Amino acid sequence: MSEFVQLIVSGIATGSIYALAALGFTLLWQAAGVINFAQGEFVMLPAFGMLICVSFGMPLWLAFLVTCAVAMLVLGWGFKVAIVDPLIRHGVIPLVIATLGLSIAAKSTVRAGYSALAFPFASPFPEGQFALAGVTLSYADVGTLVLAGGIVVALQAFLNRTVTGRAMQAVAQNADAARVLGIDVKRMVLYVFLINAVLAVVTALLVTPTYLAKFDMGDAIGQKAFFAAIIGGFNQTRGALLGGVLIGVLENLVGFYVSPEYKEGVALVLFLFVILFKPEGLLGRSEERKV
Amino acid sequence: MTVRSTWPWLVGMLVVACTSFFLKRSDIYLLSLCSVYLMATYGLNLTVGYAGQMSLGQAAFLGIGAYIGAILMTKAGWPFWCVLPVAAIVCFVVGLVIGFPALRVQHHYLAFATLGFNVLVFLALRNEEWLTGGTFGIANIPRPTLFGYPLDTEFRFFWLTFASLGVLMTLLWLLLRSPWGRAFAALRDNPIRAESLGVNITAYTLFAFAIGAAAAGIGGVYYASLVQFVEPGPFHFSTSLMMLLAVIVGGAGRFFGPLLGTVVIILLPELLRASTVPALQFMQKWYLVAFGVAVVLLMVWLPGGLLSLGDRWRRGRVGQ
Repeated sequence: MSEFVQLIVSGIATGSIYALAALGFTLLWQAAGVINFAQGEFVMLPAFGMLICVSFGMPLWLAFLVTCAVAMLVLGWGFKVAIVDPLIRHGVIPLVIATLGLSIAAKSTVRAGYSALAFPFASPFPEGQFALAGVTLSYADVGTLVLAGGIVVALQAFLNRTVTGRAMQAVAQNADAARVLGIDVKRMVLYVFLINAVLAVVTALLVTPTYLAKFDMGDAIGQKAFFAAIIGGFNQTRGALLGGVLIGVLENLVGFYVSPEYKEGVALVLFLFVILFKPEGLLGRSEERKV
Repeated sequence: MTVRSTWPWLVGMLVVACTSFFLKRSDIYLLSLCSVYLMATYGLNLTVGYAGQMSLGQAAFLGIGAYIGAILMTKAGWPFWCVLPVAAIVCFVVGLVIGFPALRVQHHYLAFATLGFNVLVFLALRNEEWLTGGTFGIANIPRPTLFGYPLDTEFRFFWLTFASLGVLMTLLWLLLRSPWGRAFAALRDNPIRAESLGVNITAYTLFAFAIGAAAAGIGGVYYASLVQFVEPGPFHFSTSLMMLLAVIVGGAGRFFGPLLGTVVIILLPELLRASTVPALQFMQKWYLVAFGVAVVLLMVWLPGGLLSLGDRWRRGRVGQ
């Protein structure tokens, strides 16, 4: 029983990391109509950014802040201006292909320019475990859960309770109507790109201690983020959360009770079922099909 | 696609094939490998380019074909020519099944659905050791014989692969010129209108996947016989990704698009790798970076792929 609870807790912790990356995904889709196939590389690049900063002797928190700033500039603003803005008028597919190209370029740059090896990455949380009501929990799991959960709650509060956040939601729902109401649509869309970049850096901070920093680490995390977003419902921010946690928990349970080899397949099977039976996602509303 | 605009490509292919009389063994092997990948990318061009479906799972079909070939030819001792239809039929059926999500979802959803299928196949190939040999793979796959004539040298096997590619391309060309080809294009350009005109879009969507998959399955058997060793690595979804990019970079929905795309993604990097000039070796290291950036730029400037350059040039001249 206690091992079951442990699996659930660490599953939720992992799942909340997936949810963070998935959240960026859904925000980008809602506000800008962008499917970012390079989302995994958006996590991988900051991981190496922090690694390089730390190797210059910075403490981890400073490395995190520096990487956040750089990521907002490059992966937020730069991505929007250089790739999304020129391509968005061509429709979804050219942008998908372009982000696929971007993901190849990012991976190969790190492999050719830095290293093809996997690097250990210091955890922001202390090592070790503690017992609570007969259940052994690791500090890393609890810390991840608290930090990721806190960020998700804060982001929800920002989107629902602040004027800027509500303006961003308005843009996501109907950009033209938002413009009529005097909302600066361009600025709101830019905010979404910046938030996505920061979410990617936080995801990198939390996921890299277990995944290790490697040029292809983004493959797995990017896929999980997308699957989580679809499973939960692409047009709902809460959906990303549910999808992420569901994947994290089920992966842990399947890995422990069924077969560790097919742990990676859990998200895929869940995803295939969802798109076959409820393509709008568990929490999603179905969208009008445009002719 | 008229006959007149076709013959320069055919002559070009033949000229490249005839260089095999002068090339060394490793280069002929490379040409064979290109032909194998071309079988898969031509299938993919039908699915993606002509029928307008998104697919990131083509490497899985190549893998299924290769493993069927490997298992039946080594463990069961079947001859190459009997394995070929089996692989084609199995991939056709699996392709039909994979087409089902395409009836529910489009575009990026479909990309991830097919990608998910590819990851599952990869996991199965790696983990089901009793059947696939796991990461150790299956070795000593024989080369075929034709009417008792052994096709065991690189040179002979290349001509077999090349001729088979020619047959496959001809069949696809005939298919595309038939009413089926028009139905596929209608499905891509406007599915709702196609349906209102009586095109059974359910059947054509499924067949677009199934025929594309069968072509990759046939390519897989040639792959197994060419390399004489299979392991899961080459059938990772990143191969699917490269194949999709090959089709799109060359020009999706253009008959010779995959030819150009496969040169860009298979032949060029391999030639750079094999070169002894330091500058070229340096380029090999950064090749994929340049390729990725090129894909982004291509999407910005030339979303129709490299082969649409000719159209654009012609249009520009008419415009003046």
